[in-house]
Amino acid sequence: MAIENKPDHDDLLHISPEMAVAEGDVRTTEAVAYVRGTSLWRDAWRRLLKNKLAVFGLIVVVIVTLASIIGPTLIQRIFGFTPDYIPTNDIRLTRSFPPFTNPDGKFSWAHPMGTDNAGRDQFARVLQGGQISLFVGILSTIVSLLIGVSYGAIAGYFGGRIDNVMMRIVDALYSLPYVIVVIVLLSMFRSQTPRGQLILLFVALGSVSWLTMARIVRGQVLSLKNQEFVLAARATGVSNARIIFRHLVPNTLGPVIVYATLTIPQIMLTEAFLSFLGFGVQAPLASWGSLASEGIQNLAIFPWQLIFPGVTMALTLFSLNFLGDGLRDALDPQMRTI
Amino acid sequence: MTFSSDGNLLEVKNLRTYFETDDGIVKAVDDISFQLKRGETLGIVGESGSGKSVTNLSIIRLVPDPPGKIVSGEVVFDGTDLLLLPGDAIRKIRGRRIAMIFQDPMTSLNPFMKISKQLMEMTQLHLGHTKGQARAHAIRMLETVGIPDADTRADNYPHEFSGGMRQRVMIAMALSCEPQLLIADEPTTALDVTIQAQILELIKKLKQETGTSVILITHDLGVVAGMTDHVIVMYAGKIFERALTTELFSQPGNPYTNGLLRSVPDPLAEQGKLYQIPGLPPDVAHLPPGCPFAPRCDRAEEICRREFPPFVQLNADHFSLCHFAREVYSESGGTPV
Repeated sequence: MAIENKPDHDDLLHISPEMAVAEGDVRTTEAVAYVRGTSLWRDAWRRLLKNKLAVFGLIVVVIVTLASIIGPTLIQRIFGFTPDYIPTNDIRLTRSFPPFTNPDGKFSWAHPMGTDNAGRDQFARVLQGGQISLFVGILSTIVSLLIGVSYGAIAGYFGGRIDNVMMRIVDALYSLPYVIVVIVLLSMFRSQTPRGQLILLFVALGSVSWLTMARIVRGQVLSLKNQEFVLAARATGVSNARIIFRHLVPNTLGPVIVYATLTIPQIMLTEAFLSFLGFGVQAPLASWGSLASEGIQNLAIFPWQLIFPGVTMALTLFSLNFLGDGLRDALDPQMRTI
Repeated sequence: MTFSSDGNLLEVKNLRTYFETDDGIVKAVDDISFQLKRGETLGIVGESGSGKSVTNLSIIRLVPDPPGKIVSGEVVFDGTDLLLLPGDAIRKIRGRRIAMIFQDPMTSLNPFMKISKQLMEMTQLHLGHTKGQARAHAIRMLETVGIPDADTRADNYPHEFSGGMRQRVMIAMALSCEPQLLIADEPTTALDVTIQAQILELIKKLKQETGTSVILITHDLGVVAGMTDHVIVMYAGKIFERALTTELFSQPGNPYTNGLLRSVPDPLAEQGKLYQIPGLPPDVAHLPPGCPFAPRCDRAEEICRREFPPFVQLNADHFSLCHFAREVYSESGGTPV
């Protein structure tokens, strides 16, 4: 710009309106290149990476997830047994070995976490348990997301009587002791097959876990719907459904993601608790809870049966919680200045 | 009162919009009638809370309900009474035939949607455009309102735009379906002065190109003078004066308008205190029986406090709500008919 080249220009301190306009325009066009690429998500990601605990959590979660998914197949390829493989040909093999030992008591890589009472490889079972635990956690969270977000958004957007009725239903469901409800549900409809039991577990966990999500989203929508962009959208003839799901729900995404990340460990813990009590996953399927439940019976003699699933679960839950906390800090607009 | 209905795009008749509050019923808009011809610009001025915005939200039926309610009246737009239309039908008119620009461009764009998406939504919804058509149209509109490098800027999010540019986007959005009526609710209040001038110039230019009628709500009399053909002065939910813009400024027929005009700073005046109308706008939930402006009016008399003033016709296009409308009009140099 000409003015900048001549700092001693007389008019520099007396910018006429025309010049002010011109300068404003130039600034906005120059900003094009500068401005691009700093989206909310990129900022959040950068803040997340600064948080060491959250990064640790993220890495552990990724490793555990990947190991759970590909681990059992890999073990089968290398050592030739599946997580539910019970060596029936030799009675010597159907018992619990300590970690890194073979049936002769010598060092071996075959069972790094030992075997369980029936001689099944503990490592493969922990990985398979991880598969099911994570699967239950994530799927129930998705169920709770779908129900909770739509329910909360609809209640919040329409407000008034609709909101009142919808949220009182939530309150009523909240006041039920949900663990007992789940236990009653599971024992009433006790399924004959392990898979049926697993599906029942999803239904039971999903049906209680959406309540808090609904409240969170409703609160967000209540404050968002009075913003002018909603009025502007209505003034352009957008339908209510579209306003809720295209305009409002994306705006609640920050808190929803945070809460969802914190719901996964919560549901996994409940699943473990239920499995521990014998209501959840049934053998030959395994989850960390059911493994721990089996392990605790022989704690004094075969401590590795409890230690490995227990430690893996604790580590994963810690990591998920760290990640959730990190995400909350990263996505919270009030933290943006820090 | 008789008006010719020829060429009227919009006719508002005896519109009443009330709000139920804990404090009683607030008559935000109370018995308002006006009409707008095709291609004309109408200015609505008044203090905060005088009912300007509610009038216009009532026209497209966006008054928050509850607590607001359109109690009675007609809003005849291009031959149909909008207040009688079912929800679907009014939604097809919003944005397509009547578009709105809001006061604060910082909050009237969805922060989570790309600019292009928000613009495309309009034409996909109303004109049945495909994605490709809608995008091309959106970029053309952005160019029309003077966004440089529209093709790449369209993929930005609102926070990457300045206030003036966001208001340009709002205007682009409002005009993208070529509406017959554009309602601009204080479109420049949140912008700084130089940007204000640009935005007003832009609205003026686009209005001339498309022949859209405009309702311009503002509390800036300077904006009214430069932009409008007719002016309505509102106070406490009522129309206090309605006139051609030129006449309103030269020969006001209402003490309130007088007061407003005197409150405009005069850059030529050497010094002295700026005039202000004494007192505060009344509490519309508890209006006195007489003229709502009487407690603040410098020429109020006994009758003003006792009786509600008549809506006096001063000439073909000039009306004033005042017991002394003729006197005030004569004093300012007009000849009442």
